[in-house]
Amino acid sequence: MNNIPYNSKGSLNYTRVSSRNIWNKLLNVISACFSIITILPLILVLIYILVKGSSQINLELLTQLPEPPGDDLNAGGIGNAIAGTFIVTFIATFISVPIGVGGGIFLAEYSQDGKFSKFIRFGTNVLAGVPSIIAGIFIYGAIVSTKILFGTNFSALAGGLALSILMLPTVIKTTDEGLKLVSDGLRTGALAVGASKFTMVTRITLPAAINPIATGIVLAISRAAGETAPLIFTGLFSFYWSSGPEALLNPIASLSVLIYNFALEPYEAQNQLAWAASFILVLMLLLTNSLARFLGRFAPK
Amino acid sequence: MPEFKSDPFLLRRRSNSEKIVDKGFKSLVILMASMVAILLFGIFLVVFGGSIESIGRYGLAFLVTSEWNPVTDKYGAFTAIYGTLLTSILSLFIAVPLGVGTAIFITEDVIPAKLRFLIGGMVELLAAIPSVVLGLWAIFVMEPFIRPFLIYLNNSFSWIPFFSTQPVGPGMAPAILILVVMILPIITAISRDSLNQVPKKLREAAYGVGATRWASITNVILPAAISGIAGGVLLSLGRAMGETMAVTMIIGNSNNFNWSILSPGNTIAAMLANQFGEADGSQVSSLMFAALILMLLTLLVNIFAQWMVKKLSLKY
Repeated sequence: MNNIPYNSKGSLNYTRVSSRNIWNKLLNVISACFSIITILPLILVLIYILVKGSSQINLELLTQLPEPPGDDLNAGGIGNAIAGTFIVTFIATFISVPIGVGGGIFLAEYSQDGKFSKFIRFGTNVLAGVPSIIAGIFIYGAIVSTKILFGTNFSALAGGLALSILMLPTVIKTTDEGLKLVSDGLRTGALAVGASKFTMVTRITLPAAINPIATGIVLAISRAAGETAPLIFTGLFSFYWSSGPEALLNPIASLSVLIYNFALEPYEAQNQLAWAASFILVLMLLLTNSLARFLGRFAPK
Repeated sequence: MPEFKSDPFLLRRRSNSEKIVDKGFKSLVILMASMVAILLFGIFLVVFGGSIESIGRYGLAFLVTSEWNPVTDKYGAFTAIYGTLLTSILSLFIAVPLGVGTAIFITEDVIPAKLRFLIGGMVELLAAIPSVVLGLWAIFVMEPFIRPFLIYLNNSFSWIPFFSTQPVGPGMAPAILILVVMILPIITAISRDSLNQVPKKLREAAYGVGATRWASITNVILPAAISGIAGGVLLSLGRAMGETMAVTMIIGNSNNFNWSILSPGNTIAAMLANQFGEADGSQVSSLMFAALILMLLTLLVNIFAQWMVKKLSLKY
């Protein structure tokens, strides 16, 4: 029998006071504190929006037009801004989803990892990193200042175009990645029974990947709906309702630009309206985000 | 003997219309994919084309002079470039430990899985709060709250150039803090993904040789995940540089150069948001020049991020 002393320093028993265990506990606590600090702003922002915003919500606020800033105690409502956010986001979705899904289909189904597809993948990442204000400046330079769209400058269409630039990379990436999750057996099977590549993509792989793609689109929509920077000199702002087809070619109100404009006004009533608009905007975005997560649950395994 | 009858539906030739649709669809998706390239090229063309006048007039001196005066028509972007780099880098210094710490906390099993999912979900929700709402909150809630601390900093450390001015409300310090809030979700999400991708074997091996939880995190798991984390940090640096609304609302939009982070300042993005709508003539051109610089900066950071992920990734 050898005589290893098992009660000395080399013990395998857990010793609470050893430096390694103290370090371990300490780092646990520090990382817990970091987590709390990280989520603290979210809680604070949500509380303030809830307190300052929700108390003002009533039917009038949701349906009336905003009053131009002044000493007036009544700032009006945010009806046209809510409608405007929907319109601009819809335009952006209408433009970016077909192009983005098409681009994603090319990357996942048609490209043979050649130079062109590598460049497109790289370009998609670069486009995703372009600051949103640059997208606004690009649309301003290309469309607003040149009045290329039927001679109008600031318009809902220009705003929608600016937002679509921001949505495009997300839609392309999620389509690409969603299609890659589809098993190759489905592809070879479809081709083996004589389907053309067009039929294979539209009838087999795209439907199979529809969930991750839909999740990505909804996420892109919710990101676009909250954007301000691309809109401030494309869609501008408006104190009137947008109605009829000509509304597309006129400046349009949106919740985010309303918050930006009215937060910087020196008048209390306008600031309050900005809080109310924040409440509605955040509510909308949280709903679309939950929808995206809900859709994401059904992703193929 | 049974006779094989040739079935008209077997081995038929593709009809011409089917071929056209097939080819047309391929061309269509190629065209749509090309839109990315066309857009990037267009953005560069518009911004570069718009700034030619200013580039010709100021050249590289634009980068190092800090006078920005629409009245005398003299422009230099040093104040905005300094503000952009200072706010984004300082916010990174605060956000990286917080974000990586949070990511570790919610990938390890220190607390029950349900709580971890809750924290992870909340971080994702934070990313969904639009920048303009954070700006509103920063103006009316955060800035008044932190002002006493900033005044204390100024009173005690005014001999340090960074704290040499009296805080007057909006300024670079609150802008840095709001940037921290904005990039934390990105750093946390990407770090969490990279940590989750570390193979289980590594962790089991580390525990197997008797490492404590944090010994295995710092010596085994973090080094294995470092490529993703570094890439995420760089991506968030790019985001911080280009972040516009919240910063515009809280930074004070001052074009007078000052070293102090307690004084109002400017970033390129904030300057664009604030002045572009009302600018004309050579001011537009100078703003476009500033936008070009911002674009090149973010492009550089993003390319570096992608390169880093490839270069540092360990293969398991």
